[in-house]
Amino acid sequence: MNSTSNGVPRTAAETQVRVRAGLARRYRAERRFRAYGLAAVALGISFVVFLFGTVLSQGLSVLRQGYVQLDIIYDPEVIDPAGTRLPDDLAVADYQALVRAALRERFPDVEGRPALRELYGLVSSAASVELQKRVTADPGLIGQRQRVTLLADDTVDMLLKGKVSRSAPEDERRLSDAQVAWVDALRADGALQLRFNRAFFTNGDSRDPEQAGVRGAVVGSFLTLLITLLLSFPIGVGAAVYLEEFAPRNRITDIIEVNINNLAAVPSIVFGLLGLAMFISFFGMPRSAPLVGGLVLTLLTLPTVIIASRAALKAVPPSIREAALGMGASRWQTVVHHVLPLAMPGVLTGAIIGMARALGESAPLLMIGMVAFIVEVPAGALDPSTVLPVQVFLWSDLPERGFVERTSGAIIVLLLFLIVMNATAVVLRNKFEKRW
Amino acid sequence: MSRTPRILALTAAAAIVAALPVTASAQAARDFVNVVGSSTVYPFTTTVAEKFGRQGRFKTPKVESTGTGGGIKLFCNGVGPQHPDVVNASRRMNASEFDSCRKNGVRDIIEVRVGYDGLTLSESKRGPVMNLTRKQVYLALAKQVPDPANPTTLIPNPYTMWNQIDKSLPATKIEVLGPPPTSGTRDSFNELYMEAGCRTFPWLNTLRGQDEKRFKRLCHTLREDGAFVEAGENDNLIVQKIEANRNAVGIFGFSFLEENMDKLRGSKIDGVEPTYETISSGKYPASRPLFIYVKKAHIGVIPGLQEFVNEYVSDRALGEEGYLTDRGLVPQPKSDLARTRADVKSLKNFAP
Repeated sequence: MNSTSNGVPRTAAETQVRVRAGLARRYRAERRFRAYGLAAVALGISFVVFLFGTVLSQGLSVLRQGYVQLDIIYDPEVIDPAGTRLPDDLAVADYQALVRAALRERFPDVEGRPALRELYGLVSSAASVELQKRVTADPGLIGQRQRVTLLADDTVDMLLKGKVSRSAPEDERRLSDAQVAWVDALRADGALQLRFNRAFFTNGDSRDPEQAGVRGAVVGSFLTLLITLLLSFPIGVGAAVYLEEFAPRNRITDIIEVNINNLAAVPSIVFGLLGLAMFISFFGMPRSAPLVGGLVLTLLTLPTVIIASRAALKAVPPSIREAALGMGASRWQTVVHHVLPLAMPGVLTGAIIGMARALGESAPLLMIGMVAFIVEVPAGALDPSTVLPVQVFLWSDLPERGFVERTSGAIIVLLLFLIVMNATAVVLRNKFEKRW
Repeated sequence: MSRTPRILALTAAAAIVAALPVTASAQAARDFVNVVGSSTVYPFTTTVAEKFGRQGRFKTPKVESTGTGGGIKLFCNGVGPQHPDVVNASRRMNASEFDSCRKNGVRDIIEVRVGYDGLTLSESKRGPVMNLTRKQVYLALAKQVPDPANPTTLIPNPYTMWNQIDKSLPATKIEVLGPPPTSGTRDSFNELYMEAGCRTFPWLNTLRGQDEKRFKRLCHTLREDGAFVEAGENDNLIVQKIEANRNAVGIFGFSFLEENMDKLRGSKIDGVEPTYETISSGKYPASRPLFIYVKKAHIGVIPGLQEFVNEYVSDRALGEEGYLTDRGLVPQPKSDLARTRADVKSLKNFAP
């Protein structure tokens, strides 16, 4: 175009010159913009690496645990002096006395109450539970001698893992010089080892770090999420289908839509307060129960599920609806036979992401009493229970050093759950997603 | 393709079934003890709860960490299995809380003093030794302090280095890490350190009697220019931060100091070092009593409540070599413990 006015180039050659002059600048701008983007990604990744690095470096040691092997003599005088062999009598015996006797036998030259107290402190108080279990299962053990592997105390565990400095003066560490010497003696003849830490995965909470496990929290999280899923999925999808496919567009549905979007942004603690007022105070449900937790988290995830489901339904092309209606299907048949199945991958993704958010919540559960010390693994949705993020929070605030590693261990378990859930969402989307 | 609605219907049905038995069993009696309250007492009560559960006679009590104020509120809500039986408190229950308890029918309460917690200032072993008085702590942390030239007027806190307050203190920047205002530990800090330091100035001490509100405002307000850092409720975080920063001082309970003796040192306060002995005898100026309060109406109704409280005050737990001492609880002197036990035995009523 050979326009002549205000400095617009006249010939192709002139245009080329102008373009070339600006080209370098435009390339530079693009490179700069790419660099910004790359820097943002790199920064994000470095944060993630830092987070994972800290958690893994502190938490992986939880997989191993100090165990001590002792020759236990199942002394009938201690376990069952009356000789009844009744389970009730076997249950109340002082099994720690057997451990004490075994320790005295191993270190015969230790004398005096304070020194013996230190010696007994090497073995966890969980040892008596272990011995009781063995004897109850097989009363024939009584009177026999058996080499038993028992949990070591958490201070010993920390020493084995190098988390207590040996060089520190005696009065500044939790273990005395004598205890360190005993530990070394036991190590030397192979009676004290780090082994795979089963207790961490099979026990509930405990105030002794060596006995504390995540099972209670994992089961609590599972029960809570199950209830959340059972409630929020059908309600959320139902609401989304109605609003998207059947509801008339008028002022009322507009208000509902605005409200749903607002609810998705409400701080989670508000849902906790609502749950406290409604489910516990009004309906009289028990505190600390996964059922109430599930109900509260349902309120929390519903907006997410509804919004994601509506987006998925919206993404189904209108031509499919029109074709179905044209073939004589009713609106209900159109939705159920065609639209909903096609939208399902998106709906499921939304539900799983909502669940993942619910899994990581702890604030609303504070109000309904799930921030609690619970030793027994919950057996049902009405038993008192806690959840994984709350367990992390509770352990992080305890003074014993063994809990630092447990805290990171619990975070790793939580992250694994989240990764599995999010990966499921990605797989579902890739597998069933249709493109038009 | 038509499987989808069936799945939906099934989940909906399952949800209804899952929700059904709720209201029926919720009202049924509870067969475990329910404890709520202070996060400072939580590590001790949970220890007792676990040992108690291990004995196998009763279920392990449930211990919620709600904070002292929140716990007392729940505790005072009423009598019945849906309300807690015991509340942990890192301070005494006050008169207005007691009144609200009575209003809701919680008339008879037993107060059990379980021991002491020393509120310590601690520093890194690698840092300078601090030998502080409470007056110096007040001068270092209050938002407004008396003008050294004219002590009856207040000026914004001018001190940035410890040695500006007193020549004997090290020439390092004032940097104190402590809990946020929502914490019970902060209340104790205000009372044990700030008020005590404040009252060393005669006119402020007289003000306490005349205008308590103003006195509290002047003495409890901490500076906001970076010398005092609110480090969150998590005491382990404060421990880690002062380990890393050798000039910083941290505020937390004695049990955390005890657990980290290899890295930290307790600052001397008014010349007294924090140890079991000095805290228990009351020589250490900043020690606070810890309590549990028991609902009398629940004794005999909730299985194991009486036995749980008995276990709490037993020699195994609270004695000088008891398992709570291993956890960092500072035991009370023998005579006090005997009185506590007698109160528990006679179910003596608490009155603020």
